[in-house]
Amino acid sequence: MSQAFRRRWSATFGISVLVGAVVIAVAGPWLAPHAPDEQFEDRAYAPPTRIHVFDSAGLHAPFVHPLVLVDRLARTYREDTSVRIPLVWLRHGLVSTTDPAQPLLLFGADPLGRDVFSRLLFGARLSLGVTFLGVLGALVIGAAIGALAGSAGGWTDGGLMLIADFLLALPGAYLVLVLRSALRQVLETWEVFALVALLFALAGWPHAARGVRAIIASERSREYAEAARAAGAGSWRVARQLLPAARGFLAVELILLIPALLVAEATISYLGLGFADVSGSWGVMLKDAENGRVVVDAPWMLAPAAAIFIIVLATQLVARARMAAGEIRW
Amino acid sequence: MKSAIGRFVAWRLCVAAAFVIAVAASAFLLVRLAPGDATTDLAMSRATPSAIEAARHRLGLDQSALAQLAQWVGGIARLDLGQSSRFGRPVAGLVGESVMNTAVLAVVALLIALAGIPLGILTGSRQHSLFARVIGALSLALVCCPPIIGTLALLFFGAATGWLSIAPGHLVLPALALALPLAAMLERLQSQAAAEALHAPDILAAAARGVPNGRLVWLHAGRHALRSVLGVAGIVMATLFSGSIVVETMAAWPGIGQLMLKALMSRDLYLVAGCAMAGAALLAVGNLLADLLRAALDPRVVRVS
Repeated sequence: MSQAFRRRWSATFGISVLVGAVVIAVAGPWLAPHAPDEQFEDRAYAPPTRIHVFDSAGLHAPFVHPLVLVDRLARTYREDTSVRIPLVWLRHGLVSTTDPAQPLLLFGADPLGRDVFSRLLFGARLSLGVTFLGVLGALVIGAAIGALAGSAGGWTDGGLMLIADFLLALPGAYLVLVLRSALRQVLETWEVFALVALLFALAGWPHAARGVRAIIASERSREYAEAARAAGAGSWRVARQLLPAARGFLAVELILLIPALLVAEATISYLGLGFADVSGSWGVMLKDAENGRVVVDAPWMLAPAAAIFIIVLATQLVARARMAAGEIRW
Repeated sequence: MKSAIGRFVAWRLCVAAAFVIAVAASAFLLVRLAPGDATTDLAMSRATPSAIEAARHRLGLDQSALAQLAQWVGGIARLDLGQSSRFGRPVAGLVGESVMNTAVLAVVALLIALAGIPLGILTGSRQHSLFARVIGALSLALVCCPPIIGTLALLFFGAATGWLSIAPGHLVLPALALALPLAAMLERLQSQAAAEALHAPDILAAAARGVPNGRLVWLHAGRHALRSVLGVAGIVMATLFSGSIVVETMAAWPGIGQLMLKALMSRDLYLVAGCAMAGAALLAVGNLLADLLRAALDPRVVRVS
């Protein structure tokens, strides 16, 4: 019983995280205290701003102390504890300081003195958006091709599955990189968004297609399929009748594609063939965390990595619960 | 039976060869037909039109794509993979060095990842123990660390504690970053398979015969469960390769992924095709070995195909 309970709990937790991520991505511009490209003076690699409620004078509403640059080369900072700057809610984003010269850097600042928290929120739109669109595309293409192959059989089936197997055998990262590099290299952010989503769909469909085809092929001999054929339906119409049988499979496929494509976005942007540097997707942000020194001195630069980890973990929990419930196996 | 195995191997070899040729040719055509080529930078640096024309002729870009492909395929028989426009060296030499490096990285990572199999058998055979829960939670965390996240985490760990060399060109960090998520995946898979195998009729019969528990778990059920792991061998190989490209770049390991990336960035046609061919060959060899192992464990594989 406890195991079933744990599974249900972890699936609920996973789904809440995913829903939360979508809400944050959509509401990002209203939640972020700063613009993603706003550079604050003397704030390169500034640590996360600490929020206090208590000082020597006693208890207060949440406030921050001003940050003072101590050493520009070593990038050390200290708090000026003699001054209190109160926080305000919902004026600029969810929460901000009342002094524009003293930004609220919840997750610290990057090498250019930009707010990592705000960049993370804006980057979520690109990274999660392109993932979502890519997953959707891959499922639609996969379901259509799988249904067609499964219901048509014969040469159509053989040919389509040969292509699917060929693409499946290729390492996904190479496939996406080669396809991406075949396109023009300098593109507008929205063009990259659309193209990368398309590439993800083109690289992601074969697995879904294989599964749908197997389900459709076994449903084909059922009575309702016979009836549809007897009524004179063509292979495409029959496929549409049979497709609902693959719904459970497609739900799991959706859950498994999300982490794969989210990581793919981070990877290709990190390698310089995804989003351009100005756009600030999560993969682009990770580029700044390139060596051990940066990572240790400014661990908040790993915030996008942590965000990706949490989302992947959430999908794993959901997938695992569904698999344990016997809905699907690998 | 012998001829069945022979036919199986021959068939697999044909498939592998077709795969390598298809990969190399598609990479070649994709890059060749894409807008821009290796002389685009030259054009931007305001070189004279005649100099650009000469460079295009030297690189064979003034021929039609298919003619160039045919010429390239003809060269393969003489082990001539063309000249890299970026490095000014024969592609065969460049690719040869990096493919060895990637093979070393992949083999080491695979060996580390295989530790997941005995762990999975252990956790699968005593599912409710504390040990199984700890390992289970650990693998859940590691499964969520794809190479790009894993490399960053290991970089942080190495730089903060000094327990791990993070110097560029060291094998430990890239190998671990590749291996850990795979080990976790294998452990989860094997754990599930082992737990199921222990309920299979032949295992129950063996238990009733009085086969000792250790022998039962490791030999009888282990063999059952190994099949399900070998079933995902293709996925494991593809994951290894997919991951190697980012791991090699981040940890400065001079392998085929890093070379491919450089080639793609500079539209180095012959180098892209050469890398694609070498990578596909490495992948095909890995898959072939996995197939043979599977055939050895389960003779049905040979008969079905």
